[in-house]
Amino acid sequence: MKKNWHSALLFSYALAVVAFLYLPLMILSLYSFNDSRINAVWTGFTLKWYASLSHNTRVLEALTNSLIIASISTTISTLLGTFTALALNRYQYKHKNFINGLVYLPILIPEIVMGLSLLVLFSQLGIALGKNTLILAHITFCISFVIITVGARLEGRRTDLEEAAGDLYATPFQTFRYITFPLILPGIIAGALIAFTLSIDDFIISFFVAGPNSTTLPLYIYAMVKRGISPEINALSTCLMCATVSLVVISQILQPSNFSNKKKH
Amino acid sequence: MKNGKLLVAPAIVWLIIFFAIPMLMVVAVSFATRTPYGQVIFKFTLGNYVRFLEPLYLKIFASTLVTAVVTTVFTFLMGYPVAYAIAKLPKKWQQPGLIVVMVPFWINFLIRSYAWVIILRSQGVVNTLLLKLGLIAKPLSLLYNDYAVTLGMIYALLPFMVLPIYVSIEQLDKRLLEAASDLGASPLVAFQKITLPLTMPGIAAGSILVFISSLGMFVVPDVMGGAKSALIGNLIQNQFLSARDWPFGSALSIVLAILALILIMLYYRVLQQQKGGQKHEEKLA
Amino acid sequence: MEEMIRLENITKKFDDNIIIPKINLTIYDGEFVTLLGPSGCGKTTLLRMIAGLETPTSGKVYIDNEDVTALAPYKRNVNMVFQNYALFPHMTVRENIRFGLLMKKVPREEQDQRIDQVLYLTQLEKLQDRLPQQMSGGQQQRVAIARALVNNPKVLLLDEPLGALDYKLRKKMQLELKNLQHGLGLTFIYVTHDQEEALTMSDRVIIINAGRIEQDDAPNKLYNEPASTFVANFVGESNFFTEENNTTLVIRPEKINLRPEEVDETKLPEGQVPSKYFGTVVDLVFCGNIDKVYVRLDNNNQVVMTYQYFDDVKRWQIDDRVGIWWFDKDEVKVKA
Repeated sequence: MKKNWHSALLFSYALAVVAFLYLPLMILSLYSFNDSRINAVWTGFTLKWYASLSHNTRVLEALTNSLIIASISTTISTLLGTFTALALNRYQYKHKNFINGLVYLPILIPEIVMGLSLLVLFSQLGIALGKNTLILAHITFCISFVIITVGARLEGRRTDLEEAAGDLYATPFQTFRYITFPLILPGIIAGALIAFTLSIDDFIISFFVAGPNSTTLPLYIYAMVKRGISPEINALSTCLMCATVSLVVISQILQPSNFSNKKKH
Repeated sequence: MKNGKLLVAPAIVWLIIFFAIPMLMVVAVSFATRTPYGQVIFKFTLGNYVRFLEPLYLKIFASTLVTAVVTTVFTFLMGYPVAYAIAKLPKKWQQPGLIVVMVPFWINFLIRSYAWVIILRSQGVVNTLLLKLGLIAKPLSLLYNDYAVTLGMIYALLPFMVLPIYVSIEQLDKRLLEAASDLGASPLVAFQKITLPLTMPGIAAGSILVFISSLGMFVVPDVMGGAKSALIGNLIQNQFLSARDWPFGSALSIVLAILALILIMLYYRVLQQQKGGQKHEEKLA
Repeated sequence: MEEMIRLENITKKFDDNIIIPKINLTIYDGEFVTLLGPSGCGKTTLLRMIAGLETPTSGKVYIDNEDVTALAPYKRNVNMVFQNYALFPHMTVRENIRFGLLMKKVPREEQDQRIDQVLYLTQLEKLQDRLPQQMSGGQQQRVAIARALVNNPKVLLLDEPLGALDYKLRKKMQLELKNLQHGLGLTFIYVTHDQEEALTMSDRVIIINAGRIEQDDAPNKLYNEPASTFVANFVGESNFFTEENNTTLVIRPEKINLRPEEVDETKLPEGQVPSKYFGTVVDLVFCGNIDKVYVRLDNNNQVVMTYQYFDDVKRWQIDDRVGIWWFDKDEVKVKA
């Protein structure tokens, strides 16, 4: 790498942009420790907002809802999505374009359209809005992401290993169990983590299909923001950010490129 | 193993029920009529689409497009160098570098917009700082206008631009640059004539992602734009929640969806042409 | 000798490409047979059909007199050493080797016994707990062989296994494989495009060109009695002479002798033959143990190649005028 002023300029600029990305979030977190209710002036370090957060039953309820919904959505969407990715990878389908379109459209269509389409569906079918509709909605948008994530991992699938297994007397099922599955497992887990993160974080689609008694964390934050500024929001946001970041980092570590580089003792 | 083919079915059936059919329903509702009490009755009308053509709504649509364009341009100007910088890092650091940039992307739009509210509002960080430093006498009204909304969008969508461009740059055959250098091109010229054109696919992908996302946004305008700034996203949200005019809201959504689909198809078409062009070149070679 | 593998009227088509028009082939128990040919000639396809990884478009495959044409690979008693080894990256060496035994539900104790044996045989004992990625190409190669051998297959199929190794290592492995085959008395079917490798290791070489068998013989016969110009060209180096009646003569370089043009051809020493052609030395190429001497003939500008050795009394220079001669018995007549 030639070290010249080009590189220096480039990296300074890039660093500035990255700082731009992180600064607001750091300020947000910083002020969650501020003693003052009216943020900007720093009056002292405190954990009281976190404390009041832990006593806030509505927050805890929203959190519980988010976790339950995310867990169920992730499980089901990962199962369905993985099966689909496997099938698409292994077999040829006549209506391949239709299937591909169906898989990609939920990601390409603006979320707001997807959200309200589900609202229309549920209202026309007379299904009451609540935790169930949230779960159904979340599964819907998670499936596509899982299919694509696992699918990407399957692209690197090594048919020669499967042939070798067959040559060594493994039935097709055994080949899947001992060879194919362990090798795609990181991709499946990555897909599951992405689904979980998407579900926990989802606002727009949840906005349309949540009922009055089923708030998720993002929806709760929205209500708080609309009501007015309170450092409790800062504290809550900071917690949510930490959780999201951890999940994302773990998921990225399990992505394809890392398996072959696995260094050991 | 013949039955393996059926593995595809559950997810596909699910998507048909919970994606395809609802979409069709929205199309249906967009042609329906609204009673004065806010109910939807299925009496066919084009009125909702016609209403869209009124100046008020067209203005909002234009405003949305402008915001989207500006957002795309700025995310490109900010995003390309970042992607390039990551691609220039030593191999070991590229994945962590990417993660660093992508992490904000995973954090809720809401939280990210809220962070800017804290910074920009009249009792926010910027104003307090400026007041304390004596640079201004009374707080600036930085929030609740179009600029704030655009800023918020750029902030929210920047990572969308970085990833595709990074992938494109990373796939660039470095030997082409070596050849260019060998033939007398300075780094700047090589960038302009080789890197930039060859990373067009990534730029296009990122731009489409940002543009379409920007069109459908309502969180950012809602939180940072207040009542004044209305984009299509807010308009649609409004129709479904406060105004209870589902047919009109549906019509607007369909317009939005069609716009998104057209852009995507255009992008896809261009991509195919490029690929076809490459294949043609390979045949000649 | 007992028949081990028989391919009967095998044809193979991929879409509209006819890879193998029709082949009949028999391989006997205990043989080291090599399928030799240029890339794309169909040799690997044949090997894979024996393994069961490809199905013939028509024809039958017999292993030990049993018709296995319709049998899946995991039901056949042959094992393959893959070109890129295909070692399972998420398993250690020992686990890789264990795999076939596990699938066949061999009792655990016996598994360990057999694995230990084969580890000893392939000198992998110290590496048994490593992952494939942590080993060199040569070591991975041996794991692939061990993994196949531990199953005591009737036939071992080897698909260009030494291609990725450097020259010295390749030579060493060739010897090891030959010794292994001989010591264990197994049938080996080996595929390669390297004719030197084929000649060194095999009892019998089958030369395949565009899906057809050009010649099927012991190495020395292939070399000394090529059946066609293709074989003569592919195996070793050759000089070709076309006779008046349109037959082609093949002379190996080492059979060609040069003498100075000035020599009186009427007073030749005992046993020597008069020059058949005259020409000029146009090039000398240093090849380590020998020099290649290129001579351009006067009559038709054809260039002929022969060798000179470091201990030759007469060492040729460029522009020397020479007479070229050989013994009639060293000529091989081939049809084109």
